[in-house]
Amino acid sequence: MRLVGFLLLVAGWILVLAAVVLLGATQARAMFVLAGIAVEALGLALVFRTHLILRGSRD
Amino acid sequence: MTPLAAPDLSEAARVLCIVCILLVPLAGTGISLVNTGLGRSRSASHAMLTALCVMALAAVVYCACGFAWQGYLGRPAHLLLVRGRPWSWVAAEPFFLRRLELDGSPVSLAACFGMLSVGLAALIPLGAGADRWRLGAACASTALFAGCTYPLFAHWAWGGGWLAQLGSNYGLGRGFVDAGGSGSIQAMGGLTALALAWILGARRGKYGPDGAPAAIPGHNAVYILFGCLLAWVGWVGLNSAGAILFAAAEPGRAVLIVANTTLSAAAATLTAAVITRVRFRKPDASLAANGWVGGLAASSAACAFVVPAAALIIGIVAGALVVFSVEAVEFWLAVDDPGGAISVHGVAGLWGVLALGFFARFPSRLPNAVNGPSQALGGDAGQWLAQLVGAATLVGFVLPLTYGLNRLLDRIYRQRVALDGEREGMDLYELGAGAYPEFATHTDEFMPR
Repeated sequence: MRLVGFLLLVAGWILVLAAVVLLGATQARAMFVLAGIAVEALGLALVFRTHLILRGSRD
Repeated sequence: MTPLAAPDLSEAARVLCIVCILLVPLAGTGISLVNTGLGRSRSASHAMLTALCVMALAAVVYCACGFAWQGYLGRPAHLLLVRGRPWSWVAAEPFFLRRLELDGSPVSLAACFGMLSVGLAALIPLGAGADRWRLGAACASTALFAGCTYPLFAHWAWGGGWLAQLGSNYGLGRGFVDAGGSGSIQAMGGLTALALAWILGARRGKYGPDGAPAAIPGHNAVYILFGCLLAWVGWVGLNSAGAILFAAAEPGRAVLIVANTTLSAAAATLTAAVITRVRFRKPDASLAANGWVGGLAASSAACAFVVPAAALIIGIVAGALVVFSVEAVEFWLAVDDPGGAISVHGVAGLWGVLALGFFARFPSRLPNAVNGPSQALGGDAGQWLAQLVGAATLVGFVLPLTYGLNRLLDRIYRQRVALDGEREGMDLYELGAGAYPEFATHTDEFMPR
């Protein structure tokens, strides 16, 4: 699950890069950059959640 | 091909830059004292020695290969053509600072600045790994940081890399701007601290069987508060030198930088003190100190380009973010960060990067390479988007890379000290002598209660 979280972080970043490179209109570019950041937030949440679960199982 | 040109610094700017660079080690000294004060007394000597070793190793590795990959504006770099536009990914300088005249030229000043600032950034994770991170492992991790992750992002932001080119390539304001290093130094260090806190795990006794965290207060409030004052002086140098070198700020702008740095730190510490006073009935010294450093970290990116009122707002938000983030990291996310490095440098640093996009007002014509074609019209539209892309790169690229490298290192050379080391204290276990030999040993939280 942690690996998936980190992959989501990277996927969000690639989405941000793709938005900058491929889109020309400012509004569309901004929307896709924000979408990429939302994917990153999801990935970060997953990594934190995994950390909590693993810590709980160790206890 | 070198798309972004180096700034032409006047004699006054060079002299001021040298003076400011000489102040930067004080920021490292301050952070070391804060980290040591927030740790346990039985690990104090270890904390200071690790800080010294980390700064030394960071400087050596940076000179060996870090600067070769960071480079500077107008210097050779490896380019990638992306839909017909040149993206500078990594610099192409020779190793060991060869073919670089250390004569006061902008590139030599940038190399000198980098040698000191990489040490400051490498100190930040020590706060998160306090009381359990082995000296050898901290040095090995620092070598990865100073030789790989730091130069890579520093090239993108400061060396004319693709983040700095966002303005000239895609019309996003003036490209990613980070004058004093809110992103390149603070957020880099803070995110590395988060990766290491995950890998190291919590200190023994920090979380009970029910998952509730136990308070393990810092052992010396005087170190913490004195460290804050030293860091202030160092940060003034850091922000001024960074603004001159990487944003071509003219020497007179140093006055604004000093005012903004101070106002941001002051607003942040007062905000933290007020919030803790309201919530806990008494102001919390360590959180107020963390607020101070958080304000400094947040001030760095925009220090040269915002009015003092905006610096106050940046500081107020940074102070509030630090207080709530420290609590969230410890209570809700169960990450043990004794020095508050994740919140103080990571969260506040990212806020500083974004704040530039909201508040910065650039001079109509900056004589530097961060100007893009859109600035010929005097507009800075899209600057917030460039800052957002920079922040997304830190979280989406730097954090996974740092975690992966340190996880790999942990497989080869275990980073966390053995249980005996935690019980005895890092001083006795790793160094054979404590920092305060004449003091009585305090209660051991490993004893059954």
